[in-house]
Amino acid sequence: MKITEKEVRHIARLANLELSEDAITQYSKDMEEILTYVDKLNELNTDNIEPMTQVIYDGSETSTMRTDTLGSSFEQDKALREAPLAGAGHFKVPKVIER
Amino acid sequence: MDNYKTLTIDEIQQGLCSGSFSAKELAQEALRVSEAENGQYGAFLHFCPERAIAAAEQVDADLAAGNELGPLAGVPVAIKDVIMTEGLRTTCGSRILENYVAHYNATAVERLEEAGGVIFGKTNCDEFAMGSSNENSAFGPVRNPVAPERVPGGSSGGSAAAVAGGFAPVSLGTDTGGSIRQPASFCGVVGVKPTYGRVSRYGLVAFASSLDNIGPFGRTVKDTATVLDVIAGHDANDSTSANVEVADYSGALDGDVKGLKIGVPKEYFADGLDAEVRAHIESGLKLLESQGCEIVEINLPHTEYAVATYYLICTAEASANLARYDGVRYTRRFDDPETLDEMYAKTRGDGFGAEVTRRIILGTYVLSAGYYDAYYRKAQKVRALIAADFKKAFQDVDAIVTPVSPFPAFELRAKVSDPLEMYLSDIYTLTCSLAGNTGVSVPCGKTSEGLPIGLQILADHFNEATMLKLGDAFERAGGFAIA
Repeated sequence: MKITEKEVRHIARLANLELSEDAITQYSKDMEEILTYVDKLNELNTDNIEPMTQVIYDGSETSTMRTDTLGSSFEQDKALREAPLAGAGHFKVPKVIER
Repeated sequence: MDNYKTLTIDEIQQGLCSGSFSAKELAQEALRVSEAENGQYGAFLHFCPERAIAAAEQVDADLAAGNELGPLAGVPVAIKDVIMTEGLRTTCGSRILENYVAHYNATAVERLEEAGGVIFGKTNCDEFAMGSSNENSAFGPVRNPVAPERVPGGSSGGSAAAVAGGFAPVSLGTDTGGSIRQPASFCGVVGVKPTYGRVSRYGLVAFASSLDNIGPFGRTVKDTATVLDVIAGHDANDSTSANVEVADYSGALDGDVKGLKIGVPKEYFADGLDAEVRAHIESGLKLLESQGCEIVEINLPHTEYAVATYYLICTAEASANLARYDGVRYTRRFDDPETLDEMYAKTRGDGFGAEVTRRIILGTYVLSAGYYDAYYRKAQKVRALIAADFKKAFQDVDAIVTPVSPFPAFELRAKVSDPLEMYLSDIYTLTCSLAGNTGVSVPCGKTSEGLPIGLQILADHFNEATMLKLGDAFERAGGFAIA
C-alpha cells in the first residue's frame, strides 16, 4: 500500500501535528510497511459479521445513563490550575475569530 | 530492615501486628531503597514521601488504637504514571505532560488508599502506554533488574521493575495489548490483566478506551489477588465499568485444580517461538497436568489476524484520545503562537515522541474519510471473530495456557528500528485484549542466559478466580522455578 508524503502531510494536518521533513519521510515509510501488513485482513470475508462495538456485552444506548440531576464536579479554579494560560474563569488561547 | 525486598503482603501484616516494624519504618525503607537504586534502573519517575509517611502514620495509629486494618494496610505500592494521583505529577511518560499535576485520584488509587495501601512513587512507562520495551518514555528507559542491559518490557516497565527489583511488594500497571503481562514475563514477576470493565478506568489516562485495563503486579499470585480484591468492582464514574459482583480472589486460592481443563492453542506454538520459551511452557503444562489438570488441544483460528486488528483499533482510539493534548488545558503549550492552529500543531509536534506520533498518524488515517470502512470498521468485524474464537474455546475448557512473548527480554535498543517487528511480538497477549478476557503472566523459570520466562493463563470474562487459582497452584507446585 503506497503512502505518499503528500498523504502523510494531509494526515498530519488533520491530526494537528507539525512534523519535520525527515519525520514525514520516516512516517511515510512506516505507514507503508504497516498498511501493507494490515491488508491481510482482506483475506477474511466479513460481509455478515457485525462490528464489535461493545467489549463485554451489548447494552441499550441508555443502560449506563443516570438521571439528569446536578451532581458534584470540580471547582473552576481546580479545573483551571494546570492551564498554560487562564484568566477570568476561562482557558486563554490565541485569537480565534478574525475581525 | 534487611528483608524489605522480599516481604509479601501477609508478611507485612504479620510484621505490623507483631510489632517487628511499624508502617512508617516500612514506608521509609521503601523510599530509601528505591531512591538509592533508581539511578541504576530508572523504574521511578517521582517519589511522594509526604503522602507515603502520612498514610503509613495513619496505619500505625489505627494499629495502636486497635482499629480494624484494611487488606493492604501498610503495604508500599508503586503506581504507573498514567494513573491519576491527586496532588502528584502524572506525566504518562510524556514531555507534553511533564509538569501536569493530577487534580483527582483514580478510583483504583482511592480504593488502594482506603484499604491502607501506602503509595510512595510513580513509575516510568512507555509514553502514553504505547510500547513494549519502556524505551519510549520521554524520561529515559527502564532497565530490567534481572539483566540491566536489557529491557523490562512495556509499557508498564517501571511497575514491573519496581516489583522485580524489590522496591515495592506490589504495583499497579496498565494493560492494553499486553503491557502488564509482557513486562511481568520479562522481569520474572506476576502480572494480572483483569477482564475489561472489572477495574474502573476512571483516572486512567486513556490510550485505547475499548482495550485499556488497570491491573496489579506482585511477587506472588496471592499478592496480586489481594490487590485485585481491593481495586475491582463497579464504578459509576466509568460507564464501561462492569456491574458484575466481585468474587473473592484471594479466597479462591485453595490449590485444588484437579479436573480443570486447560486448552493449548496450536496457533501459539508455531514458528517464531524461541525454543527455550517453548520448552519451559511445555514443562509448565506438564506440571499443571501433574496437579490434576487435563490438557486439551484447541484452535483459535483467527489468531493470525490479531496484530493487524489490534493496531488498527488501538491507534484509531489513541488518535481520538490524544486529541485533547492541544496546548489549551494541560500545562504544555508552544511558546508564543500566532494563531490557534499554530498552537495546536507546534505543541503537539514538539510534545509527543516518535512512537506516539506514529500511532496518531496511523489512527487518523484509519479513521479518515474514505478509509474508515476499509480499515477501522473491517478491524472491528475481525475483532468480533477473534472474540468469538475465545467464547467457543471457553465452552470446552476452563482456561487457556500460552507463552507470553515469543522471546525473553532483549537488549536495550535492539528493536528500535522496526516498529512492525515490535508490534508482531505482541501476538500472544493482544488477542486476549481484543476479546476483553482476563490473563495473568506467572514466572516459569529462566533461559540458559538467566532471563525470566512467563507462562500466560487466560480465562473467560470475569473468571479471574479460576485463572488465579491455577496460577497459585502452579506457584505452589514449584512452577516459578522450572528449569
